[in-house]
Amino acid sequence: MREKFFLIILLFITLSLSFPVETRELSIQQLEERKKADEERKKAREKRGKKTFQKEISITTDIVFVSKEREVPPVLSNLDPVLEDEGFYGVKLALEDNLTTGRFLGHDYKVEFHRILLEEDLVSEFEKLLKKGKKYFVVDLNESELLSLMKLSGIDDVLIFNTRAKNDSLRNENCKKNFFHIAPSYSILSDALTQYLVKKKWKKWFLVTGPKENDRLYAQALKSSAKKFNIKIKEEKTWDFTSDLRRTAGKEVPIFTKGSNYDVLVVADEAGEFGEYLAYRTWDPRPIAGTQGLKPNSWHRTHEQWGATQMQNRFRRESGRWMTEVDYHAWTAVRALGETITRTQSNDVKKVQEYLLGDKFGLGAYKGVKVSFRSWNGQLRQPVLLAAPRSMVSVSPQEGYIHPVSELDTLGKDQPESSCKF
Amino acid sequence: MKYIFIISFLFFSFSKVEAYRAYITNEKDNTVSVIDINKKKVIETVKVGQRPRGIIMSKDGKLVLICASDDDRVEVRDAETMKLKYHLPSGPDPELFILSPEDDTLYIANEDDAMVTVVDMVDKMIVDDIPVGVEPEGMGLTNDGKVLVNTSETTNMAHFINTENLEIMENVLVDARPRVAMFTPDDKEVWVSAEIGGTVKVINPSSKEVTHTIGFEIPGVNEESIQPVGVRHTKDGKYTFIALGPANRVAVVDSKTKEVIKYLLVGQRVWQLAFTPDQKTLLSTNGVSNDVSFINVEKLKVEKSVKVGRFPWGVVISPN
Repeated sequence: MREKFFLIILLFITLSLSFPVETRELSIQQLEERKKADEERKKAREKRGKKTFQKEISITTDIVFVSKEREVPPVLSNLDPVLEDEGFYGVKLALEDNLTTGRFLGHDYKVEFHRILLEEDLVSEFEKLLKKGKKYFVVDLNESELLSLMKLSGIDDVLIFNTRAKNDSLRNENCKKNFFHIAPSYSILSDALTQYLVKKKWKKWFLVTGPKENDRLYAQALKSSAKKFNIKIKEEKTWDFTSDLRRTAGKEVPIFTKGSNYDVLVVADEAGEFGEYLAYRTWDPRPIAGTQGLKPNSWHRTHEQWGATQMQNRFRRESGRWMTEVDYHAWTAVRALGETITRTQSNDVKKVQEYLLGDKFGLGAYKGVKVSFRSWNGQLRQPVLLAAPRSMVSVSPQEGYIHPVSELDTLGKDQPESSCKF
Repeated sequence: MKYIFIISFLFFSFSKVEAYRAYITNEKDNTVSVIDINKKKVIETVKVGQRPRGIIMSKDGKLVLICASDDDRVEVRDAETMKLKYHLPSGPDPELFILSPEDDTLYIANEDDAMVTVVDMVDKMIVDDIPVGVEPEGMGLTNDGKVLVNTSETTNMAHFINTENLEIMENVLVDARPRVAMFTPDDKEVWVSAEIGGTVKVINPSSKEVTHTIGFEIPGVNEESIQPVGVRHTKDGKYTFIALGPANRVAVVDSKTKEVIKYLLVGQRVWQLAFTPDQKTLLSTNGVSNDVSFINVEKLKVEKSVKVGRFPWGVVISPN
């Protein structure tokens, strides 16, 4: 009798304390109504998507993207597709980003894409663009092409943003006040890598240079960095084998790398002709760094810190592929213009140039700290991502390297060392 | 004798433990750490959706809402048991959100599609989307719920939205990469932090003019690492606390004079802040050192840090 009484009380207590489950099961009609509401919202969104300007357009800025068709050299590693549209989507996304602010302020931006074909002449095509009155150029060109542009009459009245050429000479003896370099120089990249290798105490190098001119320049920068950061280059060799390494790397590389006492093999092989085939084939077990292996980049597909995931996602949705360094440089150039025009409320070339080289300019470029231009040579100072093919290893400047103006200036040649005279 | 045992057992098992709890989203662990404020200990770690970031509570303290950014939706959990009750729809990649004063409407900033999504909490459906700038994040709301301020990280603007007709009233240009927008308790000012710009701008909500720009200078800390994110005002209008990111410090600002009074050293990459209901303690999430700091508001001192999951992002403290 008592037990029954106890059980009833327990039952009442548990019933009164059980939380009511809040489910709202929707009837079929409600589901249909919601589906209709979602469709209508989608339509309204698309209508709004024809984005209009909230203010009258007071400034329109024309930007021209210039790239050159190139002969595709035979590559050993045919894993990655050869891209013909590098820079295109970077510019497109940056244009849209500029317009999101521009629509609220009445600033319009327009872009023209010019791809100079193999048989066409860059200089004459460029002259045509200058005659049309175009003022802002984002270009994917190499050093000799940029130097040829510098000689054109009328070139001083426009601004050129370099998204590709890494040559130190363009930032030093061949610098020009209206040429802005978004791409990091070879010195910046080599310093970024060296700072990390010093941190790891991998201070004895075996340096391998490829046969091309750019390889030689990269190696030169690496040697400068080595001197700056007290690295010992134990052995230095140039790679001039031309055999198909897919077949013979197993035989050639060990002999090539035998004998020396080093910590890391640093390679300068921009075209990727042999650098990929060094890893795991060296005589001694050693990591590879430089243009392959642990590589310094301005942008990498593994980068996801500081909101970079957002940029990677937006780019991939738009283009269907990963953002490359040139894409990123093109994006940064167009955004730098947008940011400047937003803040100065003017697209006058001289005003824009002054603001870009001034100390108020700063752009969020998904690398944690703001990027800005070095006033003495127009090089964009920026963090450098050290990445292995599938993982981000580190970001330079490394901790501990200090600088009175900006830690980013511990990468590359600093103002006192610069031979650039604007 | 049996009955005394039963009744006392039932009494103790159902009486409520009076302690505030802090809920912290761990962005990389896909968990929420629950901390007992009195004990200053993690009492529970709950598995939640992917990439949890923004976290808030209903005013009655019964619900915890979490932005599961990579799942593209909001999770609504019971505050006490942390059991999932239901999901709310949102746009792609919801990051931060805020509830209306009556808790009947939820405004979500969707980082991936440049929209603020408005969700009806009763019907649990999307009511509307408001197009804003690129990568929206910050959400500030007046006490009466009439004005919503949303910041866009890439567009560098603070958008003032009329919540009655869901239209943008005005767009104010702020410094680079604005993250958080927070109205003062009297709704007379809205403070907007600019992560890359390194400043906090104070905007007058009626004139939409910037009245102050607060800069920060910390001896021995380089300027580029001063990246303001979280902003919280005390209810008495005395202090405003600003999290400075990789500068690893929280700035204490006099809310009236806008002068920085003190810098408090907390963990690494401090982003978000939350007060206990009595405003005696302020918690900060330190993303890179994976811990949460307890700040004594009266003494302006950091008292303890508690380890949580990886990359703690958001923090909310129960109102009761």
